[in-house]
Amino acid sequence: MLAYALRRLVSLGLSLVVASLVIFLVVEVAPGDPASFMLGINAQPDTVAALRAELGLDLPKWQRYLAWVGGMVTGDFGMSYTYRTPVSEMVMDRLWISLPLALYALVLSTALAFPAALLAASRRGEAGDFAVMGATQLGIAVPNFWFAMLLVLLFAINLGWFSAGGFPGWEDPGAALKALTLPAVALALPQAAILARVMRSALIDILAEDFMRTARAKGLTRAQALWRHGVRNALIPVLTILGLQFSFLLAGAIIIEQVFFLPGLGRLIFQAISQRDLIVVESVVMLLVFAVILVTFLTDMAYAAVDPRLRRRA
Amino acid sequence: MIRRLAPGAALSLVFVVAALLSYLWTPYAVDGMAIADRLKAPSGAHLLGTDHFGRDILSMLMVGARTSLAVALVAVGIGMGLGVPLGLAAAARHGGWLDEVIMRGNDLVFAFPSLVIAILITAIAGPSALNAIIAIGIFNVPVFARLTRGAALALWAREFIMAARVAGKGRVRISVEHILPNVTNLLIVQGTIQFSLGILAEAGLSYVGLGAQPPVPSWGRMLADAQTMVALAPHVALMPGLAIVFSVLGLNLLGDGLRDALDPKLREVRA
Repeated sequence: MLAYALRRLVSLGLSLVVASLVIFLVVEVAPGDPASFMLGINAQPDTVAALRAELGLDLPKWQRYLAWVGGMVTGDFGMSYTYRTPVSEMVMDRLWISLPLALYALVLSTALAFPAALLAASRRGEAGDFAVMGATQLGIAVPNFWFAMLLVLLFAINLGWFSAGGFPGWEDPGAALKALTLPAVALALPQAAILARVMRSALIDILAEDFMRTARAKGLTRAQALWRHGVRNALIPVLTILGLQFSFLLAGAIIIEQVFFLPGLGRLIFQAISQRDLIVVESVVMLLVFAVILVTFLTDMAYAAVDPRLRRRA
Repeated sequence: MIRRLAPGAALSLVFVVAALLSYLWTPYAVDGMAIADRLKAPSGAHLLGTDHFGRDILSMLMVGARTSLAVALVAVGIGMGLGVPLGLAAAARHGGWLDEVIMRGNDLVFAFPSLVIAILITAIAGPSALNAIIAIGIFNVPVFARLTRGAALALWAREFIMAARVAGKGRVRISVEHILPNVTNLLIVQGTIQFSLGILAEAGLSYVGLGAQPPVPSWGRMLADAQTMVALAPHVALMPGLAIVFSVLGLNLLGDGLRDALDPKLREVRA
């Protein structure tokens, strides 16, 4: 287990290094000099040069890369070009919206998918199965930002149960959760459809196993056998999908935040892009990639801890 | 068999025909503004109503279908064009350094949240349909590479491949002449699925303003424009969304139908 963990840790580190290089290079080749952008078109050349020196833009690329990565390792993400505030502070503020939103959606999608999959798998080929599979086909085809607009139309504009957008802050947790509810539902629905399909096929595979027949033979009812032996075994592939979904949800939150005017990481990144605030763009993207790679690593670890066969194969 | 293929094929065909037809004819000109007719509900004159500039929504959807289909098609083309050769090469050199490099590269692309990188690319290189295509296409490459490699590895262990090797054929020739024809079915099925994902991705990117730019109509941007008017004229937001849902649904059903039709093994299980 330790050797496996170390091996995975090395590849985690390598992925992060390559990812940071790719992000740095992509942002570096971007047209438009942040310094001249900040000062406007009428700026004197020597003012621009002075600002470039102040921001460290005149250093060679490799030095700036090392400074950027070195800073991130120590928690210093640099200063925003436009706002002159530490990037880490800006990111932290926004993270408290995007992260709870993604988790909220993850909980909702699991709560929705799990009973649906259980129903479909235990009634395979019957009406209930067809209903669930039909609903998931539809769920996959619905773009979440459009679904979000429909939710706003129905629950915010027509019924007035929720506000159409904005975020009141975490001082009042109830109001904050309420503001995140419609976005989380919009995010969760398509993911729930995918999750339900994966869970269903995992359960159906398990139902064909010998130990399930044994469970039935020893006198358990279908439901008992499914609950005690089926669900536990089907949970392993489902865990992996949950890990993957988290990254979809974090990224998907970027677009959903636009619909609901939530000041999360998504709005930060769009704002930074339009203002050529490259250091903010780099850092937010790197943070998201780090989160995804870390979650994948943790899922792999959990997987290997549960199923020893995987340690040898990998 | 035909019965399972029909709904998806019919639905997909509607969108292809609508897109092609739009080159020859649309009910109204898509740049024809008529402020007097703005935000009209669906009626005989405008089957799907008009938008905030009085433009005919049906006409815009037809032209928008071109953008969606073109972006998704080229993105699948990029994914197949790069991914399939990579997958074939990795399988032909299974266990070698080439295999290792290709698969690690794949893992890395998978590790990136695709939407974030697509946003990064289109934002840095400037928002345009072309950059949206590239951004979506890149993330199709590992999908096809992994699929091709997996299927090809199973084939390399078969007798007819062994026979071809004994006959003196090289790895490249075997890959092209024997492996590739045998994975085509799989590629077609995955292609339709990636196609539908491409439509969704394009809609998302143009919704946030990073896809096709005005005046080229696109479904995602129609939705973005409609957002502020959703209370006033719900049909403006409803129609483009339904177009996306039905085209994606059609392609997914087509993919499922094709999988059943092309894979005899699955058919037996089902029967």
